[in-house]
Amino acid sequence: MNGESVVFWITAIFAVVGALGMVLSRKAVHSALWVAFAMVNLAVLYFTLQAPFLATTQIVVYTGAVMMLFLFVLMIVGVDSSDSLLETLKGQRLLATLFGLAFGALLLSGVASTIALRDNGLDVANGDYGGNIQGIAHLVFNRYLLAFEVTSALLITAVIGAMVLAHRERWAPRKTQAELSRERTFTSQVTPLPNPGVLARHNAVDTPALLPDGTPSQASLPKQFRETSHEDEAAKEVTS
Amino acid sequence: MNPNNYLILAGILFTIGAFGVVVRRNAIIVFMSVEMMLNAANLAFATAARTTGTLDGQVAAFFVMVVAAAEVVVGLAIIVTIFRTRRSASIDEANLLKY
Repeated sequence: MNGESVVFWITAIFAVVGALGMVLSRKAVHSALWVAFAMVNLAVLYFTLQAPFLATTQIVVYTGAVMMLFLFVLMIVGVDSSDSLLETLKGQRLLATLFGLAFGALLLSGVASTIALRDNGLDVANGDYGGNIQGIAHLVFNRYLLAFEVTSALLITAVIGAMVLAHRERWAPRKTQAELSRERTFTSQVTPLPNPGVLARHNAVDTPALLPDGTPSQASLPKQFRETSHEDEAAKEVTS
Repeated sequence: MNPNNYLILAGILFTIGAFGVVVRRNAIIVFMSVEMMLNAANLAFATAARTTGTLDGQVAAFFVMVVAAAEVVVGLAIIVTIFRTRRSASIDEANLLKY
């Protein structure tokens, strides 16, 4: 057993554990952390596959950028958003498990029985231009130049698409500081609003604070987490 | 070491990702499962690069990463937009195109 197979078996098991943890954990934040774990292990596997550039890109792009973007979106959507255990489609889990097992059996039997790969190794290809990065650069800027240029169009489109989708028009003009302070002082609620999560079981932003009599206060939540039916009551709470 | 092992690992990860897409109903977790499938494909590409002794597979994996990054940006923006209007990230609730 050489060093490569030791590294492979450790990281392969970790990657599969990470992927399973993503599917099986109920909370979305736990899923995101499991995915990040699996991706770091895949980066180690890229090193053993003689692809140091890919391994670095994997860590920087996937675990660094993509998964952190996921975590930011989870914080917008609400950290506490977990799947309910109720099945809306009857028998979905059973059918999905059967599908997964069948699909895996099909894929793995195909890989295991029909393909016998020869290990040519990348020592020659990596050595041609003095290193892995130089070799990839030679390919990207010669044979795949057109694809590389088209990539820039794709990235620009993605950026503009995200900006258009996430953009919100301002319907009312922005309030000035004078208007804000007048609004604040001429209502009965001169003190700041309660923080979310005070005296409650969690301190997440979407958990309402409990009032002294134990009822949840919708006024403590940011606007997008308030229950719509309680919105008027929350406004009343503030003004009365 | 036999490079088939890497392909089998890629197959297992792809299967877990496909299973996650089918079984989960939180849009963000479904999206993470898609990322896992893309990662499995990348692993297969990198393995192919080593078995053929050329770097083309690694360049392909690099392009997959670029496309995945762009896809994540747009997809998450769509999820945030849906959450703003429906107050939910569950894919059962997004039925605007149904009727």
